[in-house]
Parts: sequence; structure tokens; C-alpha cells
Amino acid sequence: MSSMAAASPSRNKRGLLSRIVWGSGNDRRRRIGESPITPYLFILPHFAIFSAFILFPFFLGVWISLHDSTALRDGPFVGLRWYQQLFDPSNRTQFPRFWNSVWNTIIFVIISTPLLIGFGLALAALLNQRLRGRNIFRAIYFVPWTLSVSVIGLTWWWMFNGNAGFVTMFMSDTFGWSPNWLATNPWAWISILVATLWWTIGFNTIILLAGMQAIAVDLYEAASIDGANKWQQFRSITLPSLRPILLLVITLQVIASFQLVGQPQLMTGGGPPSELGGETAPVLLHVFNTGFGGRRELSLAAAMALIVAAIMIVVSIINFRLFSSERS
Amino acid sequence: MATTLGRGLEKDRPAELQAVGTRRRGGVGRALMYVLLIAVAAFFVLPLVVVISASFKYAAEIFTDPGILPADPGFENYTALFARAEFLTWFRNSAIVSTVGTLVTLAITSLSAYAFARIDFPFKNLLFGLLITTLVLPGVMFLVPQFKLIADLGLYDTLPALILPGLAGVFGVFFMRQFFLGLPLELEEAAYVDGASRLRTFMAVALPLAGPALATLAVITFLAFWNDYLWPVIICNDNCTLPAGLRLLQRQYTGDPGLVMAGATVAAVPVLLLYLLLQRYIVQSVASSGIKG
Repeated sequence: MSSMAAASPSRNKRGLLSRIVWGSGNDRRRRIGESPITPYLFILPHFAIFSAFILFPFFLGVWISLHDSTALRDGPFVGLRWYQQLFDPSNRTQFPRFWNSVWNTIIFVIISTPLLIGFGLALAALLNQRLRGRNIFRAIYFVPWTLSVSVIGLTWWWMFNGNAGFVTMFMSDTFGWSPNWLATNPWAWISILVATLWWTIGFNTIILLAGMQAIAVDLYEAASIDGANKWQQFRSITLPSLRPILLLVITLQVIASFQLVGQPQLMTGGGPPSELGGETAPVLLHVFNTGFGGRRELSLAAAMALIVAAIMIVVSIINFRLFSSERS
Repeated sequence: MATTLGRGLEKDRPAELQAVGTRRRGGVGRALMYVLLIAVAAFFVLPLVVVISASFKYAAEIFTDPGILPADPGFENYTALFARAEFLTWFRNSAIVSTVGTLVTLAITSLSAYAFARIDFPFKNLLFGLLITTLVLPGVMFLVPQFKLIADLGLYDTLPALILPGLAGVFGVFFMRQFFLGLPLELEEAAYVDGASRLRTFMAVALPLAGPALATLAVITFLAFWNDYLWPVIICNDNCTLPAGLRLLQRQYTGDPGLVMAGATVAAVPVLLLYLLLQRYIVQSVASSGIKG
């Protein structure tokens, strides 16, 4: 950081174009006798793999979506056919199934995000109290985040299992009745929601707690002297100070919830089944099933994926605008 | 912001407390908070106990023995699992993919990051901008073309297929560059004056100082490779990793949840052990990097 500051006077004199080409001006002395290709050799190993497996696929995805290919054969150029099908309300197969899965996903994002953030905030506030053993509790709350989504999915598949799952048995023993969690709605969605809460609340808690602990003590001291109670302190000191971190956590959460796939895939299989391809099938599962299951329609799946990506980027931008402009 | 977050966690006494510490809370309020903390902890721990316990109930026991702890625990599910060649393959693949993936990621991202942090060269900002831009692109758009590419290269169902796309990620470059930018230049300049080449300066001066950052990146990368689910499911058939294998196991043994839970336990235990050993450290790594699974 200090080196950048030292180099900045000369940098300011340079034009934008020269800065784009030549870099930030962090290197204070040009080295005598050094080959000009040295820096390129440093970045080469990663950049080669990056080019092959991210940059090239970026364009390959568009290319595939304009063709009629499956996993088994390369097909002819068909232009915007898949996009037309996906955006044409009179299309009886692709249109309703795709948008049903998008709708499922949006509902899930809308319901899961406030819960995940709300519980995260509450737990962070709780762990920010002077309590013995709070580091142990913090560690426990974070455990599920370290596990694979397949372990999460299977854990709750068994917990909610209709035959002898823990929750089913507990409900039957206590109330004499239990819903068929994974096979009927709204229970199937609730199961997926619980699994997701279990998996990722700890992450939000830890980020928010770190943010809370970075707030200056004086603010609370002053408020305390002025007679503000805990709730007032939380509302007028903690929350406003957390704004940038809340924005980060909400953005990450919306993106993560949008990519829901493993939990329904392993717990409900997207079911209960419906004409529209499953009541708990989120869009990523629909893309997966289209491209990699059944008829392996790669091109159609590629078109869907690009539409989903576009939606996600738009949602992220809106989300960012909404939360960063508010009260500023 | 990253450093602020990390520093915040190190503090033992939270800010809020020091302020209100003078006003002692009643014993009832305190007790209530503990009840709440313990109830939440139970919510997080109970499912793990249920899963591990189920893995020790053999065959029909899982339906006849509803107790949280198994009445007659046994290792039958585990012996059955490890007797299957494919399960051993999954386990071995997970170990190889995570280890190799992590080591290669550390090597190539720190090399690249060092150049971006310390050397000026034509098109540097353009190239770095390109890398950073892809950070915000949703992963879903890469699944189909990456699959197509891997299949066309003849790599379907192979170990390289499981590793390569993970190595292309740019988070490591971004993360390590931030670290190198924060290092004082003087040591590297001293090495230059002594006649060391760039590579030597990097290897002998910068890298040894980067220990903590490399360790953080290693933990995050290892977890990402070990836990990755969707990509292996897409790209493997026989040559899977554990998370993808678990899906196959579940489909094959729907009626035998005990066996499936043993599989889930095997996938979870290495990570849980790692977490037990490095708990404080892992929590801080995640808090300071803000990486979402």
C-alpha cells in the first residue's frame, strides 16, 4: 500500500490509456537487464488454464446455445431457436417448465434471504455479548458450513425421511401425526429451507459478528451515557455501522440462494412431480436435468443457463443499488 | 475491508460489551441467553449426531431402533462400504483432487499474483481487469461449455476433468495480490540489489513472508475441492469424488439409509477433523475473505 502511495505522483501525470497498458506504476525502478517477458512467464501457468477453462467456455457457451447439439452429437446452427422457445408463451413445453423453475427459485430467494440474514444478525448480536464460552458456540454454529452440499442434502433427506426419519418420528411421537415432509408441499419446501438454514446461517453469523466487533467502543459508551438501552444501541449504532457488511452478506446470500440445487436434488428430487416438471425444482436443477439428464440437450441447457446468468446479474445490480443508495 | 473483518475477530472482548459491562445484567437475562445459545447449538449439532448414529445401525436396525444413539452399534455399514471398489475409488479421488488441486492452485495463483502486484508490464491492468470481471459471472453459465470442452478433449470421467476447471478460478490471484501489495518493498529491493532474479526474489523473499495468506488460501481451496458437488456430478461416471459418489450411493440404496449415512459420515469426517484442529483459524479465514460456499 505504501509503495502505491509513493508511486502515485508520477501515476497521476499519465493518461488513462497509458495506465491501462502499463499498469498501476507500483514498480518503482525498472530493472536493468530483465527480460520483458518475465512478468508474462509469471502469469502464464494460471492464465493459460484460465483462458482454456473460463475465458474460452464463456464464448463456447454462447456458441453452443445457437446450435442444436446434445451431449452425444454436434448439431447444426439454429440461431435463436432455443431463446425463442424459452420466451414464447405459446410454447407448451419449454416455456412453462423453464419459467416455473425460475419462479420456484425466485420464491425461494425471497423467502430464504430475509430468514438467513435475520437469524444471522440475531445470532451475531447474541454472540457479541460478554458470555463465557461464546467462541465455542460460534465454532459450533459454523460447523455445517464446512460440509459438502451432498452431506447436507443427505443429512436432511434422512432427518425428514418418511419411514423413520428423526423429524418424522419426533412429530409422530409428540403430536400423533407428521406430514410426509419430502413428498408433499409446502412441507417439501420447508424441508429444503431448513436444510439451507442449517447449512449457511453460520457463515452469515460469522461475517456479521466480525463486522460488529470492528465497531468502535466509544459509540456504545456515548450512547450508554446518554441512557440508550440495548435495543436502541443496536438500532442506531450497530445496524448503521454494519451497512457495508450487510450489503455484502445480502448480495452473497441472494446469489447463493439463486444457485440452489443440491438440496432439492438429493432431498426431493425436485418433487412432488407436477406437469411443469416438479414443484421444488429450482432453475439450476432444471438446467442440469435438461443438459445432463434424460435427452442431454446441451444447447437448450446452455441457452437457459445464459438467461439465468443474465437474471442473476440484473438482480445483483438492483440489489446493490437498492441497499447502497438507501439513506445515503 | 477484509483486514478490518479479520482484525475484529481476533479481539477477545467485543466492543459492545466493554461499553455496557459496567451495567450488570441480571442473572435471569444471562441464564436466558445461555438457554438460547444452547438451543441453537442443539439445532446445529443434533442432525450430525443423528446421521453418525444412523451409520452405526445395520440394515433394518435403522427402522426398528428409533433411538438417537444406536442400541446395538456396529461397523457393518462401514465394512460394507469399504468392501466396494467404487467407494474406495471415490475416497482416493477426493483425496487426490483436493490435495493436487490445492497445491497447484497455491503455486500458479501466487506466481501470477506476484507479477500483478510487483511488476509493471504492458496490458497488465487489462489482463487483471479481465480476471476480476469473471469473478462476478455466475458459475451456472460455465457448466455446459466446460462439460463440452472436457468431453471434446477426451477427459470425461478422468481426474484432470475434476481438477482443471477449479484451477482456472481467479479468487486466489486476487487474494494473493492483495497480500503482496501489503508487503513492504524494502526486502525485495535488497534482494534485487544483491543480484537476485525476479523468480528468486519471489521464491526466497516474498513467498516465505506469505505463509499466513497461503495457509488461508490453502484451507479455502481444499474445502472447495473436497466439497465440490455439481461439477463432479456432471463430469464423472465411474471416476467420481465422494460428494458425487454419495448421490450414486443414495440412488442405489434408497432402502438402506444406514449405508448411505455411513457414506455421508466418511465424506464429512476429514473436514470435521480439519475443522476441529484449525477451528479458530478457519473461522478467521472465512471471515476475512468473505468466500461463500
